[in-house]
Amino acid sequence: MSSQPFRLATGGRIDRQRALCFRFDGQVYWGHPGDTLASALLANGVRLVGRSFKYHRPRGILAAGVEEPNALVRLGEGARAEPNTRATQVELFDGLVAESQNRWPSLAFDAGQAGDLLSALLPVGFYYKTFMRPKGWWERYERLIRQAAGMGRAPQGADPDRYAKMHAHCDVLVVGAGPAGIAAALAAGQRGARVVLADEQAELGGGLLAAASLIDGQSAGDWLALALATLRAMDQVRLLPRTTAFGYYDHNFLGLVERVSDHLAAPPAHLPRHRLWKLRARQVVLATGALERPLVFADNDRPGVMLAGAAATYATRYGVRSGKRAVLFTNNSEAYGAAIALADAGVQLTAIVDAREDVRDDWAARARERGIRLLAGQAVVAVEGRRQVAGVRAMRLGPGADQVTGLPARLECDLLMMSGGYSPTLHLYAQSGGRLVWDPLRACQLPGEARQAVHVAGAARGSLELAQALVEGTAAGAQAAAECGFAGALPEAPQAEPAPAAASLRPLWLVPLSQSSGGKRFVDLQNDVTAADLMLATREGYRAIEHVKRYTTAGLGTDQGKTGNINTLAIVAQKLSADIAGLGHTTYRPPYTPVSFAALAGQDRAPLHEPVRRTGMQGWHEERGAEFEPVGQWRRPHHYPRPGESMHEAVARECLAVRQAVGVVDASTLGKIDIQGPDSPKVLNWVYTNAWDRLPIGRCRYGLMLNEEGMVFDDGVTARLDQHHFHMTTTSGGASTVMNWLEEWLQTEWLNWRVRFTSVTEQWAVAAIAGPSSRALLKDLAENLDLSDEALPFMGVSEGRVAGLPARVFRIGYTGAQSYEINVAASHGMALWLALLAAGEKYGITPFGTEAMHVLRAEVGFIAVGHETDGTVTPDDLGLARLCKTSQDFLGRRGLARPALRAERKQLVGLLTDHPKTVLPMGGQVIDRAELRPPHPSLGHVTSSYWSAHLGRSIALALIKGGRARQGERVWVTNDGGLAPATIAPARFLAPAEAAR
Amino acid sequence: MLLLHCPYCGPRWEQEFQCRGEAHIARPEPAAEASDATWAAYLYLRSNPKGLHYERWQHTHGCRRWFNVLRSTLTHEIVAIYRPGEPKPELKR
Ligand SMILES: [Zn+2]
Repeated sequence: MSSQPFRLATGGRIDRQRALCFRFDGQVYWGHPGDTLASALLANGVRLVGRSFKYHRPRGILAAGVEEPNALVRLGEGARAEPNTRATQVELFDGLVAESQNRWPSLAFDAGQAGDLLSALLPVGFYYKTFMRPKGWWERYERLIRQAAGMGRAPQGADPDRYAKMHAHCDVLVVGAGPAGIAAALAAGQRGARVVLADEQAELGGGLLAAASLIDGQSAGDWLALALATLRAMDQVRLLPRTTAFGYYDHNFLGLVERVSDHLAAPPAHLPRHRLWKLRARQVVLATGALERPLVFADNDRPGVMLAGAAATYATRYGVRSGKRAVLFTNNSEAYGAAIALADAGVQLTAIVDAREDVRDDWAARARERGIRLLAGQAVVAVEGRRQVAGVRAMRLGPGADQVTGLPARLECDLLMMSGGYSPTLHLYAQSGGRLVWDPLRACQLPGEARQAVHVAGAARGSLELAQALVEGTAAGAQAAAECGFAGALPEAPQAEPAPAAASLRPLWLVPLSQSSGGKRFVDLQNDVTAADLMLATREGYRAIEHVKRYTTAGLGTDQGKTGNINTLAIVAQKLSADIAGLGHTTYRPPYTPVSFAALAGQDRAPLHEPVRRTGMQGWHEERGAEFEPVGQWRRPHHYPRPGESMHEAVARECLAVRQAVGVVDASTLGKIDIQGPDSPKVLNWVYTNAWDRLPIGRCRYGLMLNEEGMVFDDGVTARLDQHHFHMTTTSGGASTVMNWLEEWLQTEWLNWRVRFTSVTEQWAVAAIAGPSSRALLKDLAENLDLSDEALPFMGVSEGRVAGLPARVFRIGYTGAQSYEINVAASHGMALWLALLAAGEKYGITPFGTEAMHVLRAEVGFIAVGHETDGTVTPDDLGLARLCKTSQDFLGRRGLARPALRAERKQLVGLLTDHPKTVLPMGGQVIDRAELRPPHPSLGHVTSSYWSAHLGRSIALALIKGGRARQGERVWVTNDGGLAPATIAPARFLAPAEAAR
Repeated sequence: MLLLHCPYCGPRWEQEFQCRGEAHIARPEPAAEASDATWAAYLYLRSNPKGLHYERWQHTHGCRRWFNVLRSTLTHEIVAIYRPGEPKPELKR
């Protein structure tokens, strides 16, 4: 069954006793526990894993880790399918299903490879250049391009899995569990600090998992096992494998995503799929390692061209040879280790092509010992083979590395390992605000001045040597713990045998083209950006690296240019004859690797996305089949349709019931603020425009609230319950704004005032009954409550019992009908509601919703904040200047005297359409002529507009320039593409009932 | 994600707070006598510095108290936290 032609006979950290079956593009393959999808594919000899984004060129596996740009696969099926996962990071499990991307119509036969021929039509910046004209054509082109290119397909259907969030704190967070990270965690843990050690891989160990060196006299693997056991035995240390620290935010706050069950076919019921960690660390140690850089030469994207370190990792960690015959192309000595590892695993090494002249160091000696041919001062200039590497050609590199000379040497191989040097993984460090400094000697960025409490150790600070990484990790862990107050003697660092002496690297950013080659030299493999694209951008005048990035799309893929960004920077610098350091670098932004939206959302979705506030009567509204409308976080009944009834019919019925009999509305959502203390009247005098000192106990008053610009932002009725006790109501949507407004003034300006505010919105349930029969109905249910006009006049408040429930009854209303707002404890809301419905039956009681409420209030010309006001409307605009006291200051008063408000203002008026059945659109523009002939200056707009069943015609309120002086004038209102004629009228269509005046 | 030390509750994460703009903007009194320019400055003019900024925060999802913060808009370093009415800490340059 398990024929894996490229699996080595021995070695690797895989479990050869067990075989795992998986499918790739429909074909069945076998691998072992410990494999990644990439290593298993290579073991099976699968080298072509995808097509490139733009040109549809065949692409193979480049890397063995997070930086992989090519091997993006769609993983899983159905609603669990996930596009763009990196095969190098997908743990193999039994039954895994994956398919390649960008392979329309198939991987082997690819019609899109005409993209190669079409590449002349897709130059750099083609998004900006090619398809912009004629106007509107981009949309057509885009669909075609998306089909041919695309970056995977999103799954259909809702995500079936659960995602969790965890909030955590620690003393020392160590990111990366390679040698430096393990050493740091040991040192910090031994000092007693609370440590979290996170690593993106399933197995902790990083580079130790493939290392051949001895540490403290043991093999790297044995030392690692012991170190992990030591860490596990420490109570205050938490190990987080499969966890990527993806974002480093302010004040040492980091985002980590733990892939809890991605390595299983489906998460077990008790586990989430991902867990998002929101972690605050007092100190952070970044032991994030380094990423090997590709070299940039002709056809460097051919399947079989691989990073040298990746080929070594596949051999030593997974027991897989990535080819039968290999060539190493390098500009540094460290990569020799990879060639030697492959040679030792039985891969034939054809040659090492080294860009450097005359290499004489320990590494070169070791290679020579194994009989590996060394071609010094040379570069690979061409790759043979169409679908995969079939050989390479090397030529002499000129002294300036700007030309190649001599005759090409043909080197037989099916695997080309390359190494252009190492870039410390400083994404998180840069996100933390730390500076990056260019080191010309090592040709890489190194951590400079830090902004947060962070330490960097090991390869992440350019220390590629194992022994040095262990020393730095120990020091960083001990230092981080010490800064959290965990002192003690400096722990001894684990000792590793010294690495072979290495000569320094020769920067080689771009291999010159030879006359015989002339292929594409890719810089960003995922986005198909070539060196020629970068050069064209510089010729077109691009200088800033951020601009080059956006114009060419280099570094904009899902890999965010992990392999290509430094090469991009260097090639652009070279072309501009600029210093790399002077060019700066593109901004490193979170996330380090893609994070699923589901992990970020966690449980905050569907009903939990935003809490819904429910009144005591909500269940009745739902049962009764009300149509709801959102008001803030409330869901208020909009109307209560009867079977077969349209919205308009229902609203008309509800309105007529209020005008003719009695209606009841759930008004619990009104904002309610309890105000107590001797300075309460003083507060009301400041926040409302009118005067409050002389309001008698047991009486209510309507008030307008202004901001300091003089604009109305809320209104409501406030009652005086006692000398120093008031009950304020606000609009349903404005409750928290008003509460904040009161608190702001009290806490920041009125520091010593004796007054307290308490939000009691949710403590009271309110049923408002309105209509000519409302008093009779209330009388039937009232106890200890005198409803006479003397005891409870209009704008009065009394306490007593209603339907046996302790109640506060306000004789106020918003409909112009006689009405009472009955407040009871929230838990009594339903009992009150049901009692009112039962007792009201004989009066024809009708529940009404917010729409009827709006019709009724518009009939009598009551404003609604948010309809008649929009933040630019003053009391005078509303015809309510009489509510502004002249004797005292109040918030907003000086704002009303601003010069900007002295010009002609829009004023609230009514509009009556010529055709009584025409209901104007809210927001409709009002103009002064009967034809649409631009330009037509707007006189104003419609703010409220309804069908009034009671009046048998439409009504509208509008804000119109100088409107109060234009009564009787004819205007035209934009309506459904045409104009509706109307006449300006007073902003009141019906006088409030005698009992509501 | 800042870590703010509420003077009443202790260290809490930023999500519990709301930034309420620049601190120490005094309302001109008596307002009626303030010139248009003075009132406009009170309403609209803010220092918007690149660097240290006196600002007001409210522990909205906690004790709901307002307090003042001296924070660098450049690095998010919190230099001082103090209660309303307490003297404005002087900048050391
Ligand atoms: Zn607090």
